[in-house]
Amino acid sequence: MGVGIEVKALNAWYGSNHTLQDIELNIPANHATALIGPSGCGKSTFVRCLNRMHETNPIARVTGTVRIGDLDIYHDISPVEIRRRVGMVFQRPNPFPTMSIYDNVCGGMELNGFRNRRELDEIVERSLRNAALWDEVKDDLKKKSGASLSGGQQQRMCIARALAVDPEVLLMDEPASALDPVSTSKIEDLIFQLKSQYTIVIVTHNMQQAARVAEKTGFFLNGRMVEFDSTHKIFTNPSDKRTEDYITGRFG
Amino acid sequence: MKGNRGRTLRSLWRSGVDHMATALAILATVLVVAPLIAIFFYLVYKGASSLNWAFFTQIPKPEGEVGGGMANAIVGSAVVLFVASLFGIPIGIGGGIYLAEFGRGTRLANAVRFTADVLNGVPSIVMGIAAFSLIVVPMHHYSALAGGVALGIMMIPTVTRTTEEMLLMVPHSVREAALGLGVPNWRSVISITLKTASPGVITGCMLAFARVAGETAPLLFTALGNQFWSVSLNHEISALPLQIYNYAISPYDDQHRQAWAGSLVLIALIVIAVSLVRFFTSRGTLKGAS
Repeated sequence: MGVGIEVKALNAWYGSNHTLQDIELNIPANHATALIGPSGCGKSTFVRCLNRMHETNPIARVTGTVRIGDLDIYHDISPVEIRRRVGMVFQRPNPFPTMSIYDNVCGGMELNGFRNRRELDEIVERSLRNAALWDEVKDDLKKKSGASLSGGQQQRMCIARALAVDPEVLLMDEPASALDPVSTSKIEDLIFQLKSQYTIVIVTHNMQQAARVAEKTGFFLNGRMVEFDSTHKIFTNPSDKRTEDYITGRFG
Repeated sequence: MKGNRGRTLRSLWRSGVDHMATALAILATVLVVAPLIAIFFYLVYKGASSLNWAFFTQIPKPEGEVGGGMANAIVGSAVVLFVASLFGIPIGIGGGIYLAEFGRGTRLANAVRFTADVLNGVPSIVMGIAAFSLIVVPMHHYSALAGGVALGIMMIPTVTRTTEEMLLMVPHSVREAALGLGVPNWRSVISITLKTASPGVITGCMLAFARVAGETAPLLFTALGNQFWSVSLNHEISALPLQIYNYAISPYDDQHRQAWAGSLVLIALIVIAVSLVRFFTSRGTLKGAS
């Protein structure tokens, strides 16, 4: 089951570049929340602060509070542990190139020392079914390399890989931006199904995509969150002039 | 009409340049491969006639006598190279991992990289002297161990630098994939980054191996050479390059012929060793893996 995310006074830097400024936000559990905004507005940095991937960059710094469920992720838990609870899907599919489809999907479990073969088989099947990829790959699980799949299949495999470690939150950083329209619509269907079980945060450049999959939408601009509301409100009747300018295509 | 003709001329010119470039590339390839083939055929020509069963099974005959073989040198080379690989490859790979993954941008890493590059340029005879004073002098005798360590030290810089470069070629996104799954960094480095880079790392190890397999100078006052059977790490041991060197400067024709045969065998063994490693490490590669 998903859990809610509560962000208070979040600030983030890359070197001297203040990329996120005083973000306050409550992301509801078991819903999809979309983050939109022009390139470089900080939305990717923001999701990377939610699983502490931001700090893997040596020049990065962050202050503020992020509560996921009842955990303060910057105080109560190690970065490695929080990433097992908060899964991430990246902009470009990033399979482990030397591994089979099977090993890719259970990679997160195996690399963390989980070795029960029978349970791994079940986890792999369940995750691939959840990612709507099972029927396409079930005959080649251990024969084919994960990197031999098409881009769209690779991305669904990466989603399966993230689901396999059984997270509570799923972060998606423009998960369909490198994919063709058919693969994109498959990923969107998937998000639609998954949000009953997981809290999903999706960064997207595609406003139709945000409108299709998300109940809530946040608009980021220049490192600040300008507006956060129900998706319907953001796209039909935004309160802020800048949000309106962005969604009507006046800039960005 | 005029424009049309201009276009034809231009396309002629372009295809001419294209053919030129191809021809130059082929010429360069021939120039690269030619010396190798020439050396190989000359070795076959000079050495093959002296290759016989005895060469692979017998130890050298006393000075002046005809016959005998280099069996002890072949085995000795294997022993010394085994020690060298055991010593040089793990240290080299460890150093490469440090440079690429943990020490990136630090002063220590820059110092290590610089040292490795300098070490790579140190003449091999100096490596021999170093191993002599570090191992032979304290142990009071020459040994296979000292020879292996001397060659192992020579392997380190090549292995370190290729490991570093191969690790740096692994896309950042692959590392992020592992970290994003909650895999600890050390585990990600070993099981993901190093594994992804392993074909290149193995090539680096093989290059280093092939290079030191033919080294004579570092063995001159470490392994020393031995006319008799020995596989002990604690005693002086024969090695193919040493035996070739000794026979090549000897006054006897039969020994000259054996030196040629030894050179041929040395090259053949290096090729076989490298091919075997390639064969065994490429097995189990998956369909479509890059």
